[in-house]
Amino acid sequence: MAVTTYSGAEQYNFEVVKKFAVMSIVWAVIGMFVGVYIASELAWPFLNFDSPYISFGRFRPVHTTSVIFGFGGSALFATSYYVVQRTCQTRLISDGLASFTFWGWMAAIALADFSYMLGYTQSREYAEMEWPIDILIEVVWVAYLTVFVGTIMRRKQPHIYVANWFYLAFILATALLHTFNNLAMPIDLFSMKSYSLFSGVQDAMTQWWYGHNAVGFFLTAAFLGMMYYFVPKQAGRPIYSYRLSIVHFWALGFMYMWVGAHHLHWTALPDWTSSLAAAFSILLLMPSWGGMINGIMTLSGAWDKLRTDPIMRFMIVALSFYGMSTFEGPMMSLKEVNALSHYTDWTVGHVHSGALGWVAMITFGSLYHMMPKLWDTKMYSRKLVEWHFWLATIGIVLYIVAMWISGITQGLMWRAFDQFGNLQYSFVESVAAMHPFYAMRAIGGMFFLTGMVMMAFNMFMTIRQGKRESAALEAKLAAKLAHA
Amino acid sequence: MNFNFKHEWIETNIGLLAVLTMLAISVGGLVEITPLFFIDKTIEKVDGVRPYTPLEQRGRDIYQREGCYLCHSQMIRPFRDEKLRYGHYSLAAESQYDHPFQWGSKRTGPDLARVGGKYSNEWHVQHLTAPRSMVPESVMPNYPWLKATPLDTSDIAERMKALRKVGVPYSLTDAEYKANVAKFGETVAKQLHIPNAQQSLIEQANFGNYDGDRSGISEMDALVAYLQVLGTMVDFGKYKDDAFVNDR
Repeated sequence: MAVTTYSGAEQYNFEVVKKFAVMSIVWAVIGMFVGVYIASELAWPFLNFDSPYISFGRFRPVHTTSVIFGFGGSALFATSYYVVQRTCQTRLISDGLASFTFWGWMAAIALADFSYMLGYTQSREYAEMEWPIDILIEVVWVAYLTVFVGTIMRRKQPHIYVANWFYLAFILATALLHTFNNLAMPIDLFSMKSYSLFSGVQDAMTQWWYGHNAVGFFLTAAFLGMMYYFVPKQAGRPIYSYRLSIVHFWALGFMYMWVGAHHLHWTALPDWTSSLAAAFSILLLMPSWGGMINGIMTLSGAWDKLRTDPIMRFMIVALSFYGMSTFEGPMMSLKEVNALSHYTDWTVGHVHSGALGWVAMITFGSLYHMMPKLWDTKMYSRKLVEWHFWLATIGIVLYIVAMWISGITQGLMWRAFDQFGNLQYSFVESVAAMHPFYAMRAIGGMFFLTGMVMMAFNMFMTIRQGKRESAALEAKLAAKLAHA
Repeated sequence: MNFNFKHEWIETNIGLLAVLTMLAISVGGLVEITPLFFIDKTIEKVDGVRPYTPLEQRGRDIYQREGCYLCHSQMIRPFRDEKLRYGHYSLAAESQYDHPFQWGSKRTGPDLARVGGKYSNEWHVQHLTAPRSMVPESVMPNYPWLKATPLDTSDIAERMKALRKVGVPYSLTDAEYKANVAKFGETVAKQLHIPNAQQSLIEQANFGNYDGDRSGISEMDALVAYLQVLGTMVDFGKYKDDAFVNDR
């Protein structure tokens, strides 16, 4: 194993961690604002304002890309660079390469968002970026893998900490998925437009293999990595079960890749594929709950922290939502349930219970833990953290409940027959029935966004306070030296 | 032999950890995706499915550009209610030339897999320009720019060449053209011939006059031409009710 001698002068590269952490918050505010906006467009369609650039179809990928890859991605870069340095007790192998991943990633998200508004899209959900942006992402990703693995190779102790396994699995899987789902033929080297290599049923299967594993690895495995470092740190307790972490790591990584086809139940995809996916989806409940149990039980003996520590509350609520949505997911992948839920808002609600409840909440907890440490200070306002927690939680509940009601209503209205065996409702009657729930969903989103803006303000003030404190300290030191 | 496996071996070796992780995550995709390219039954044998004409393909590009797939599916499931509402369930064969597929995942609006021929061109033009003038409860955005924007036809040959490279049987040579005549008939084969592309696009647009305005070819012409062909290629009257059951 690569073991370098310890040098006291060697410090961590926190510069790149700070940049990613700040941009994670910036993208969250942008992405969630766009989310609230498009939710409002569905409730009040005049908000499309006859403008191509912000019409729902072009604006929705701006929301998904900004929150998943902008907010989530930046948070993962920040925390993985932080965790890998702390747990390996070594500096990132290359400051230049790390800095390149930052600027490259920011450029990719910004270019993607603008290109969607201009109408460039591969029309593959969560992989809408056209081919030049895909190539940029590929290059950034190889650099990321190099920095991450290289840093692990320079670690000071023989063991690789469990959080790093999950980050590594996420980096490898994302590389695999991104590469194969974006195979496309540009119409010209100077044109953004391309056509996918695969067609029809094979194309659909590849896309949902990608689509569900963007959830499985980008939004789950990676955030479990975050959980495995920050939950024990914040709780001040070791991970509940080392053996459980091993078992659920391998089971999760192996099984997730089989389940994508449950997005294609009852379609022209052959039955054998979707049945296989359904079976693995149900099995997946076990490794998912393995992670949840390991996280929550880490708090045993320190449950009082839930009363006193708002950061801990973010983390435990995140794990609870993780447990809930990983139960809901297998249930929705049963073919009978899926026959009702597919194509409806129930799916949208399910995604958001994972994305807001699990991904965003665990990120908030981790950033509240990490960012004051980075700037060597305390949070500017603890009260605002409390407020953020409650606004976010209420927002999620409003959102999910609205989508459960509207989704199940849609599903039931579409399949309702009258006494003569004719369809009971026209399609547009189901659209009209959605209006109150679309409004309620937008309001839930506004709650969540308001909490997010509070966090941004709180972080801004915390960073300013940290800078002032360190400047004052330096001035004091200088004064002392001058006297001596 | 005493083989005593310790997970510690993996935890202390980044190379081993990376390789084993890569193996674990590769199996699912290999098992579920690769056979779809080789099992013959995956795509049903059915007459009538052809590549899109140049005008329809341009309409499809616009459908993608505006993100229609985010609210409209193109995949009818084999349920009684969907049969009554939309028609025969979708076959894999019907999207075999779709690069990329547009099956969708959400029905904020209705499925469009068989919308072709259900409404008049005039209805589509008015509905796309101002949906609530036709369906008051609709939440669809207005698309007034479609009729106002002239269709760019200059790169149609490049687009078809790219599609040909990924497997769509657009013809470039005489031999390919003749094969298309044998497969799709002469009228269709002419429209699939890349050297004629721009001309046949203009002919179809002028003949069909989809947007009701003869002064030029707009993006609306292309989009309506695309919508009107959706789901119309297979004549299900020719097949028994259970003809495709065993292909699933």
